Amino acid sequence: MNRKSIIKFFGYKLIRFIILMIAVAIFSFILLDLSPINPVSVYLKGAAVSEAQRQILNQYFGVGVPLPTKIYHWLLDLIQGNLGTSLIYRAPVIDVIVDKFTASLALMSLSWLLSGIIGFLLGVVAGKNKGSWIDKAVKTYCYAIQSAPSFWVGMLILMVFAVYLKLFPIGFGVPIGVKSTDATFIEWASRLVLPTLTLSLVGLAPIAMYTRNELVQVLSSDYVLFAKSRGEKGWDLVKNHGIRNILLPAVTLQFLSFSELFGGAVLVEQVFSYPGIGQTAVAAGLQSDVPLFLGIVLFSAVFVFVGNLLADISYYFIDPRIKESEFND
Amino acid sequence: MIRKKATNDKEQWFLYKANLRTKTLLVIGISVLLIVSILISSLFIGEIPTSFTSANQMPSLQHLFGTDWMGRDMFLRTISGLSLSLIVGLVASGVSTLISIILGLFSSFNKFADEAVASIIDLFGSIPHILLIILISIMFGGGTLGVIMGVGLTHWTPLARVLRSEVKEIKTKEYIHLAQNLGKSKVWIATKHILPLIISQIIVGIILMFPHAIMHEAAITFLGFGLPPHEPAIGVILSESMHYLSSGYWWLAFYPGVSLLIVVLLFDLIGENVEKLLNPETAQE
Repeated sequence: MNRKSIIKFFGYKLIRFIILMIAVAIFSFILLDLSPINPVSVYLKGAAVSEAQRQILNQYFGVGVPLPTKIYHWLLDLIQGNLGTSLIYRAPVIDVIVDKFTASLALMSLSWLLSGIIGFLLGVVAGKNKGSWIDKAVKTYCYAIQSAPSFWVGMLILMVFAVYLKLFPIGFGVPIGVKSTDATFIEWASRLVLPTLTLSLVGLAPIAMYTRNELVQVLSSDYVLFAKSRGEKGWDLVKNHGIRNILLPAVTLQFLSFSELFGGAVLVEQVFSYPGIGQTAVAAGLQSDVPLFLGIVLFSAVFVFVGNLLADISYYFIDPRIKESEFND
Repeated sequence: MIRKKATNDKEQWFLYKANLRTKTLLVIGISVLLIVSILISSLFIGEIPTSFTSANQMPSLQHLFGTDWMGRDMFLRTISGLSLSLIVGLVASGVSTLISIILGLFSSFNKFADEAVASIIDLFGSIPHILLIILISIMFGGGTLGVIMGVGLTHWTPLARVLRSEVKEIKTKEYIHLAQNLGKSKVWIATKHILPLIISQIIVGIILMFPHAIMHEAAITFLGFGLPPHEPAIGVILSESMHYLSSGYWWLAFYPGVSLLIVVLLFDLIGENVEKLLNPETAQE
C-alpha cells in the first residue's frame, strides 16, 4: 500500500461521487417534475390571488419552462451550494437540513454504535454456543425483529415505557414551550432514549445473524480443529481464531447499513415525534415542499455514500489479505 | 458424532420422522393455505358494522382483537387490511420482478448494456429505500397507484443483481458461443438459452421480495403517503392507533402489527423452503 495507490483509490472514489451526485440530482429532479405538484398552489396554500399575481408567481417558480432548462438551472444552483428555499419552513433548505440533521445525528450515531456492539456480542455468544437455548433465543429474536415493521416496534416500546411505566416523555425533542437551544442536556437525553432503543433493537438483528453464522463457520474449519487439538479451548479459542476473522467483515457490514439506518430513523422519528431529518422529510413529502425534499434526498445520498466509502476503506486499508493481493498484482 | 438412527418403518412419520422434502412441502402448504385463507375470507367481510355502544372494548371472545373508537371489530379490520396489503404487495412484486428480468436479460446483450444496468442498480441503491419510495409515489401523485408503483419500482435491485451475475456466468458457456456463431439474435439467445436457466432464481426472488414489499407498503401508508384513511390497509390502521396509544388502548396497535409480523414470517418461511427445494444441492436431502 503506497501513496500512489492511495491517491488512485481516493481519486476514483471522488469521480464516482461526483457522477453519482449529478445522477441522483437529475434523477430525483425529473421524478418530482413529473409529479402533479404545482409549486405555485403549494406556495399560496389556497390563498386567493389575482390572475396577474399568479402569472408573476408562475414566472418566478418557472412553471412551463422546458425540463432541460430547469435541470440546467438546478444543477447550476447546486454547484453554488444554493438548494433553494423551503416552502414550509420559509428558510434556506441548507439551514433547515443542517439544523435537523444534527438532531438526527445524535440518534443515528448512538443507535448505530449500540446496535453494532450489542449485535456483535450476541452473535459471538450465539455462535459459540451453537444449538443451545441461547443460540435459539438469539435466532428467534433476529427472525422476528427482521419481519416486524420498525415503526411498530417503536410503538410497542412507546406503549410499554412511556404510557405504562411512565419512565419517559411520549415525544418531542424538547418540552413544549422551551426553545430547542434552551433545553437542558437531561431533557434532550431523556427524549433520545426510546428512539435510540428502538433503532438499536431493530438494527442489531442483521449484524447478530451475520456474526453468528460466520463464527459457526469459522469454528467448524480445519484450523480451529487443529487449534483444539493443540489444547486451546473456551473463550481463548473464540478470541484468537474467531473474532479476529469476523470482526472486520462485521464492521464493514455495519458501515453498509447506513441506508437502512436512515430509513429506520425516518419511521422511528415519526413515531416518537423526534424533530430530526426523517420527520422533516415526511413533512416535506406530505406538504409537497419540493426544494426541501430534493435537498434531503441529495443529503441522504451523501450519507449513504459516506457509509459505503468507510466500508471500502476498512476493506482496502485494514484487511491484510487485500493488501497482499494488491502487491502481487 | 455420527450415529445411525434406528429406523422403524411402522412408526408414524408425521412431522418428526418425515424426510426433509416432505417436511418442506408441508411447511409450504400450510403457509400458502393460511395466506390464501386471509385473502378469501376478506372477500366476505364487506362493510364492518360500527356501533358506538361497544367502542374501545378490550379483546374478548366476542371481539378477538377488541374494538376501535367507532366500535368496529379489529379482527375483521385487520383481516381486510392484511389482504389489501397483500394485494398491493403482490402487484408491486410483479412489477419489480418484471423490471429485474428485463434488466437481467438486457445485461446479457453487450458490455455497454451490462455497465448501464450496473449503474442503474447503483443509482437506486444510493438513496435510502424509504425516501426513494416516497419520491416515486409523489411522482405518481400519491394514492393507491403511487404506493404500488413506489414499492414496485424500488424492490427489483437485489433480484436484478443476482440475475446479472447469473447471466454473466451463463454467458461464458459454450452453447451460448455456439448460438452466437450460428447467427442467432441476442434476444433469441436471451429468451431461449438464458431465461430458462434463471427461472428458479426468479421464483425464489419473487417470494423473498414479497415480505419487503409488504413491510415497505405498511411503512409508507403509516407515514401518510398513499392509501386513503377509509381504506383500512395495515399501515393506515397502525397510524390511526398512534392517536390512541396514550389512552392505553394497546390492542389497537398490538394485534394488527403481530398479524403483519406473522404474514411476513410466513413468506420468509415459504421462500427459504422453496429455495431448498429448487436448489439441487439441498433438494434431495
